[in-house]
Amino acid sequence: MKRLALLIALLVLSGAGATPAAAQEGGPTPSPDEVNAIAKNLYCPVCANVPLDVCGTAACAQWRQQIADLLAAGYSQQQVYDYFVQQYGPSVLAAPPPGGFNWLIYLLPPAIVLLGGFLVWRSLTAWKRKPRLKAKLCNTKFAKKIEDELKARRS
Amino acid sequence: MIADLGFFGLLTAFLLALYGCAAALYGHWQRSPRWVASARAATLLTFPLLTLSALSLVYSLIDLDFQIEYVASVTSRSMPLYLRATALWGGQAGSLLFWSWLMSAFAAAVMLRDWRRDRDFQPWVILVCLATLAFFLAMVLFFENPFVRLWQGITGTVWTALWQPGGALPYIPRDGNGLNPLLRHPGMIIHPPMLYLGFVSFVIPFAFAIAALVTGRSDDRWIRVTRRWTLVAWLFLSLGLLLGSRWAYDVLGWGGYWGWDPVEIAAFMPWLTGTAFLHSVMIQEKRGLFKHWNLLLVILTYDLVIFGTFLTRSGVLSSVHAFAQSAIGPLFFLFISVTLAVSLALLSRRWQALKSDVEMTSLLSREALFLLNNFLFVSILVICFLGVIFPLASEILTGQQITVGPIYYESATRPLWAALLLLMGVAPLSAWRASTARTLGRAIWKPLLGSVLVAAIMLLNGIRQPGALLGLWLCAYVVLVTSYEFWRGAQARQAKGENFALALWRLVARNRRRYGGYIIHVGVVLIAIGIIGIEFFQQETQGRLAIGEQLQASDYAIEYVSLAEFQSADGRLVDRAVVNVYRDGVFVRELYPRQDFYMESQQPMTIPGLHSTWETDVYVLLVSWEPITGGSATFKMYVNPLVSWVWLGGFVFIVGTLVAAWPNREMQAVELQARSRARGLPLKAR
Repeated sequence: MKRLALLIALLVLSGAGATPAAAQEGGPTPSPDEVNAIAKNLYCPVCANVPLDVCGTAACAQWRQQIADLLAAGYSQQQVYDYFVQQYGPSVLAAPPPGGFNWLIYLLPPAIVLLGGFLVWRSLTAWKRKPRLKAKLCNTKFAKKIEDELKARRS
Repeated sequence: MIADLGFFGLLTAFLLALYGCAAALYGHWQRSPRWVASARAATLLTFPLLTLSALSLVYSLIDLDFQIEYVASVTSRSMPLYLRATALWGGQAGSLLFWSWLMSAFAAAVMLRDWRRDRDFQPWVILVCLATLAFFLAMVLFFENPFVRLWQGITGTVWTALWQPGGALPYIPRDGNGLNPLLRHPGMIIHPPMLYLGFVSFVIPFAFAIAALVTGRSDDRWIRVTRRWTLVAWLFLSLGLLLGSRWAYDVLGWGGYWGWDPVEIAAFMPWLTGTAFLHSVMIQEKRGLFKHWNLLLVILTYDLVIFGTFLTRSGVLSSVHAFAQSAIGPLFFLFISVTLAVSLALLSRRWQALKSDVEMTSLLSREALFLLNNFLFVSILVICFLGVIFPLASEILTGQQITVGPIYYESATRPLWAALLLLMGVAPLSAWRASTARTLGRAIWKPLLGSVLVAAIMLLNGIRQPGALLGLWLCAYVVLVTSYEFWRGAQARQAKGENFALALWRLVARNRRRYGGYIIHVGVVLIAIGIIGIEFFQQETQGRLAIGEQLQASDYAIEYVSLAEFQSADGRLVDRAVVNVYRDGVFVRELYPRQDFYMESQQPMTIPGLHSTWETDVYVLLVSWEPITGGSATFKMYVNPLVSWVWLGGFVFIVGTLVAAWPNREMQAVELQARSRARGLPLKAR
């Protein structure tokens, strides 16, 4: 609860002081759908794993209002994201921003899948290239004897 | 008194689990069946003792014995009886006790089987089961004891202890905190037990796998013994995941059923390896291939089960599921590391002995396609695992907090799911050992042509999104292949003079595993259709409505009628709106979206109003409203096409699993003959 109260206080303060001056000039009011289209890709630090567009807490309602203010001030979608990242850090984004350590999450899955695919392919082809068991058996004396007996029976 | 009884059961079960481990090891070392029998008896005894313990806690919960800290934290006077009882798994300590109780039940059940053919396995199975049980019981006893009571000193300080400290008096709060509102839903009452049953029952195949590794038995006996256990585990895990999805859809107010939450993924990961395992064991049974791989999969599944419990219970990842946080995380981590290291060490020790002489003869054979299937499942697992641990790794290594949301999982796994659907349509038509492009092509062309026709019809009907079209084409193809398989099999039986219905029935009854598997495939396709519907065609809108005003999405509209506020008997402040739903201007029905505010926990819950048909769901959320008058209110409206198919698919999926797991009369006869041979008895004439 303390964290929530702190967040609300921060949001109220940031809402009062940090919203760009352009917002005060006034502009067309964005529709809730325009706000939600952006909020869908944002997460507040308190309600982890609940996207902002569906979060029912008062803090998240404040954030949605802030998005509306920014849009009304003429911010583009990307500028809104940049603003939130600047204010609250990259954890507000639905996916880590590409760069530095974060590249790993984008590069590792395809790399691992490709490597795994290569290994599966190699195993399959190696299996197929293996000398046939039948051929091995035919080299043994016992197998040859059986083969000869079978041939004799057939004839 | 009751709490003391529960604690006594818990402590004795823990001591017995430790004794059982030691007795099993000593019995094996001394080659003494008496010691192993004693370990078996200890395993059996843990079950009644933990039943006593769990029942004591349930009694305390129902009786509202608020002096017990756990009871005070998860119940309240306003809670109905059934919620008080199910609060057993509503908090950290209770759910760990519940996990242990289920573990003891499964361990005892496995002890009751006929061990004559597997005497060498028994001490190791006991050891694995009891070591797992002892670990969980240690967590309960030393870190999350549900029987700890509240005491008050002379100064008024309240502290917790099992027994009365000197100079302290019992402290009984007037009321408890109540169960987390998220858990007060019928789905949540069944979802955790199903998930835990799935988790716990996967311990049994793992125990047999370890027994096979230790004893050096390289045949597939451990797989044959645990086949049904694995299917049962998979069934429960699947049920748990399905019920969890339904709960999320009904309670969380996201407009969807799967949010790629880390704890959802934690339950999903063992399901992925379990599914891969269920496919790949067939290759070992039929062809003697993939012995290493099967052992690796079952080891991974076991550790993912523990990892899943660790994520849910330790609070290491914050999410809607990680309700409780405690200091048990490092111990879980240690246990996972130790069990993984020991299992892998055993596997590497037996590596040579497990090598197969059999070769893979065709890249298009069923075994090769099953290998591809396993590769795809494990790839999805890797993506999920990376997504879950990456935020942690980022915070530890760079100090930066990041979020890995649904967008990552969806975009990374989508092509793999599509490839799995394709495989579901190809593998059933390929033959074991030898399958060529020509033989496969001959089997495939008819359903393929049919599916192309279906795709063309969909295109003509206005479905233009390439992803949706591809997905629906694959679904049509799999359904046609599966139907073709049923039809071909039934036709072969019709040659014996059976009518089609009887032929179909007997076809399934004679080969339950195969045709049960096909029914599961149909269930998966139905789920896939539902997912495609919501992923590609979901529409949403939000708006503030005055009474009588309407909000439109797709061909549906909702009209705001009224709003009422009232207090419920269970301590909720409910704000309930009435909205009319129209389709193309024609009245359909009334819906009642609402917001519940739980006074005890000061937590709001948004409960949707839902109109559900096979074609579309209309899902309405009450976002906000004008206080007192309710003159206007903001609603969020989702139109979710085909989502009901997810639930239908889930039902078919479960039916298929039951068919596959149902005991086969012929298999039973084989088992009976084997047992008779083992006893030296004459075989019964058939």
